[in-house]
Amino acid sequence: MALFIFKRLIQSVFVMIAVAFLAFSLFRFVGDPVSQMTGVETSVADQDRLREELGLNDPIVAQFYRFTSDLLHGEFGYSYRTRQPVASMIATRIPATLELGVVALLISLLVGIPAGVFTALRPKGLTSQTILLTTLVGVSIPTFVIGILLIFLFGVQLGWLPTFGRGGTVQIGGWTSSLFTLDGWRSLLLPALTLGIYQLTLTMRLVRAEMMEVMQSDYIRFATARGIPYRSLYFRHALANTMIPVITIIGLQFGGVIAFSIVTESVFQWPGMGLLFLESIRFVDIPVMGVYLVVIAFFFVLVNLLVDLLYFAIDPRLRVKEDV
Amino acid sequence: MLGRIWRSDGMWLFWRSPAAVLAAIVAIVIIGGALLSPWIVATSPYDLASFSLMDGLLPPLWQGGDPRFPLGTDDQGRDMIAAILFGARLSLTIGLMAMAIASVLGIGLGLAAGYFGGRFDAIVMRIADVQLALPAILTALLIDGISRGLLPPDVQQSFRVAVLTLAIALSLWVNFARTARASVFVERNKDYVQAAIMMGQHPLRVMTYHILPNILGPLLVIMTVDLASAILLEATLSFLGIGLPADSPSLGTLIRIGMQFLLSGEWWILWVPTLFLVALVVSINILGDFLRDVFNPKVR
Repeated sequence: MALFIFKRLIQSVFVMIAVAFLAFSLFRFVGDPVSQMTGVETSVADQDRLREELGLNDPIVAQFYRFTSDLLHGEFGYSYRTRQPVASMIATRIPATLELGVVALLISLLVGIPAGVFTALRPKGLTSQTILLTTLVGVSIPTFVIGILLIFLFGVQLGWLPTFGRGGTVQIGGWTSSLFTLDGWRSLLLPALTLGIYQLTLTMRLVRAEMMEVMQSDYIRFATARGIPYRSLYFRHALANTMIPVITIIGLQFGGVIAFSIVTESVFQWPGMGLLFLESIRFVDIPVMGVYLVVIAFFFVLVNLLVDLLYFAIDPRLRVKEDV
Repeated sequence: MLGRIWRSDGMWLFWRSPAAVLAAIVAIVIIGGALLSPWIVATSPYDLASFSLMDGLLPPLWQGGDPRFPLGTDDQGRDMIAAILFGARLSLTIGLMAMAIASVLGIGLGLAAGYFGGRFDAIVMRIADVQLALPAILTALLIDGISRGLLPPDVQQSFRVAVLTLAIALSLWVNFARTARASVFVERNKDYVQAAIMMGQHPLRVMTYHILPNILGPLLVIMTVDLASAILLEATLSFLGIGLPADSPSLGTLIRIGMQFLLSGEWWILWVPTLFLVALVVSINILGDFLRDVFNPKVR
């Protein structure tokens, strides 16, 4: 097991270096960093001095080394657009995106897993067929359309919920949270639903497929023959064996949640990292784009590592395999 | 060839599946309408002289609109039908082109990686891994952002469509590569491939002439699903204001414009293109689902 974790760690480091190199190439080769930082009236001599100060005349390898060591020390440079340190820009946006993502993920799992189990156990029933058809439409409807639809229904027609911004927030340490006020929850509900509905259909379909396969396996047939009560059969024997794919989905969906949070944040003007990234693309704000990539990749790698560790915790067979 | 398709198992299954038949009809109507749009609609939405502000914000016919504009007009007096058909034309062009580039690139790399193995395979798959870590939409956004940094502002407008197509294609090729590679692993050790190799045929010929036709089934499914993804990606990027400029509206751009009318009463400017986009993508996805069942007899 230690060997496996070690291998995975090495892989993660490899991915992080690749992403850091991508961010570095963005900064170094897309557009000229010096002309981005200076105005038209800056003299050529001053530009050359800045070039030397930034170390842009050093060998590329040395530059890349300095870039990564700055990243590791949390020095992310300055935004071309706002002239603020990128680190603090990202830090103020992270809570908004994480809260949105976690609530959306919870919605997708708490609704998606039971629905998946249900449709797997009664595949021919009318309810299951209806649910399945709905999810097929669900995966085809773009996230932004779901968002517009929810805004139209609950914001415009019914007027129940706010349609943009974060509402009331509470400051806890350095974390600005919308989870502790009613107003904050009201603002969170529509974006989280938008993000959650799309993920939900994927969760449901995966759990269903997995559950159907498990239900056809020999040990379930054997357990049925032994007369084990259905409740125990479904929820102890069968569902326990679908937990591995469910953990995999959590890992996979984290990626989806991050990606589609860009869209959701744009529709609802939710002040998270996605919105920041979008603005940075619009204004070709390379440092922010690069740092966003590095931060997101770091979260990805972290979640995937946790998922792998959870496998070992849940499935004893994996531990046995290691000894063979 | 056509006769063989017509008499095939797949066709028989097709006629027995009402959802697939309906989806095919919807897809054919929309795609046909989009392709033939210049001949169907009287006014081009690009031709400023052909529409008048006097006709602006007319509701659809059943809400007391003008018979010249069955689905109403936008604030500029543009016919909604003309706008969505031209929009769908652009969306479909970009989607199809992106899918074609992604499939040629992905299948080519996947075939070669699976066939030659070794270091080439390792490099291609590591790139695929890193790219899989980034979701498609993020990749597309990133490529778009890079192009903004690289291209001078004055030529950017004229390259928008090309950049967008390429960004979408480059974010979708991985699926093709992985599937092609996995199928090649299965096929490579079969007798007919070994026989072709022993006869001294060129690897390129073995790959394209012998292996490719036999792994086409799953690839066709991915093509269908990825066409839907490509159309969705384009719509999403255009909706975000990253994709196409407002003067050459795709379906996504039209929806973005329609958002301005979310709070006022002119619902059709937003919902007509939205419904059109959803109908198009849903029908393509249903067809993809159907194809998957055809090529995967286990789940039938």
